[in-house]
Amino acid sequence: MTGRITRRQALVSLGAGGGLLLSGCDRIGRSAAFQTVQSGAQDLTMGMQRLVTDRNALAPEFSPADMSPFFRTNGNAMPRSPHYAAHLASGFADWRLVVDGLVRRPLSLSLAQIRRLPARTQITRHDCVEGWSAIGKWTGVPLKLLLDGAGLRPEARYIVFHCADDFRGVPYYESIDLIDAFHPQTILAWGMNDRILPVGHGAPLRLRLERQLGYKMAKFVMRVEAVASLGRIGRGKGGYWEDVAGYQWYAGI
Amino acid sequence: MDPGAPVDEPAGGDFVYRHRWPTRLWHWLNALTVFVLLMSGFMIFNAHPRLYWGEYGANADTPWLQIGGDRERGHIVIGPLDIPTTGVLGHWYDSNGNLQNRAFPGWATIPGHYDLAGARSWHFLFAWLLFIPGLLFWMISFLNRHVQRDLAPKRHELAPRHVWQDVKDHARLRFPTGAKARDYNVLQKFSYLSVIFLFLPLMVLTGLTMSPAMNAAWPWLLDLFGGRQSARSIHFIVAMLLLGFILVHLIMIVLAGPINEIRSMITGRYRLPKEKQR
Repeated sequence: MTGRITRRQALVSLGAGGGLLLSGCDRIGRSAAFQTVQSGAQDLTMGMQRLVTDRNALAPEFSPADMSPFFRTNGNAMPRSPHYAAHLASGFADWRLVVDGLVRRPLSLSLAQIRRLPARTQITRHDCVEGWSAIGKWTGVPLKLLLDGAGLRPEARYIVFHCADDFRGVPYYESIDLIDAFHPQTILAWGMNDRILPVGHGAPLRLRLERQLGYKMAKFVMRVEAVASLGRIGRGKGGYWEDVAGYQWYAGI
Repeated sequence: MDPGAPVDEPAGGDFVYRHRWPTRLWHWLNALTVFVLLMSGFMIFNAHPRLYWGEYGANADTPWLQIGGDRERGHIVIGPLDIPTTGVLGHWYDSNGNLQNRAFPGWATIPGHYDLAGARSWHFLFAWLLFIPGLLFWMISFLNRHVQRDLAPKRHELAPRHVWQDVKDHARLRFPTGAKARDYNVLQKFSYLSVIFLFLPLMVLTGLTMSPAMNAAWPWLLDLFGGRQSARSIHFIVAMLLLGFILVHLIMIVLAGPINEIRSMITGRYRLPKEKQR
């Protein structure tokens, strides 16, 4: 008899413990102290990954036979701004990419000028934070060429990408540090799968950042800004999803 | 007491020191860590409840496993199998009474509602709590000979007849008593060794294989597991194996006497079950 009661007690306490753990987790997860611990773990992850990774280590590249038969879109597939619609209607003829901020020579480049610059083509795997992957072929100008052309000032620490799309009126933006900005595979792509980059994938230009997840790879890039800190941009966390939903700024994992 | 036994041989009812402090500490840390990882992992799975083999895999590609549902029912589809899971997976009601078609229900996930960013924060924090103490446990357990002395099966235990006898004893819920209960039986050794040296390392390595930064640093990981989506599938399968281990482990604790078993994992001291009276 004692044995049976013990067992029941053990099971009851196990169940109660589980429930407590569950409701507790959501409360703990929202506490400021715990968020500090979590962001510390993120820094540890980024630090360790950077420690074991060569700065210029290339993401795996694939052959045409490895490519996904269909490459889905995600996020915004069509910016809503009338400004963008006008550019789209005119084939981006009067569109300019602005490179400014902490640079010595701000640039304003037409799409034709950008396409005439040396280009890199890479077949890489795109990983969404949700868990899916697709392999596609991307062609574009290495970001390094634009940044070298504009000449970064020594205070510059991050590169911010301002986009034409928005979510409920909040413009999309993303940011990366200079290690990733000067990485050889970091390109502003104007071509995809041997064609002009389609609107759903970010025409006229989208960032390819092959060592991080999809939400870092800003689409519909209008302006590239060099900054010393991310604090004064958006809500200060370095990107749209970082600001509104707590996504991790470092998305290498 | 068996009259042939040496004088210092413990007998049923005696207390023996069974678990040293590194084992006990790691056990209870993992009791927390593994649950947080499983439950935040379920939340991450909910963001794309489909699994594929190979390097790529997205909505237009064919998954080998898929969990989903509609207004009427929930189901898990594994290859040609379509298993109804209405009420649990793909069709469940949240705490506000609203029907949800996400794969894993709120009571099984951390956070308890859809929050991919939050789940990733939990998952990657506790991944460190699995990895670093796990490495320490490995080192300490080789140094204090826990692995060699308590976990490695003795030669005679590996004989098919011995293993089969142990299977039969387990099936009949006939557990060792007296001095024999001091050591792990061979099925216990197999399962503990699998968890410590196979399942947990596989979880860490397949987890790292899903990281695009690690793919650049250590591309051999992709070759090892056959691509990122294969690594994601293996990560899920081994997580289910770990969940299965935990369920069997808990059942065995309850059957073998929960007070004595739990106490021994807290204090280290284990009371040998009494020999059956004839």
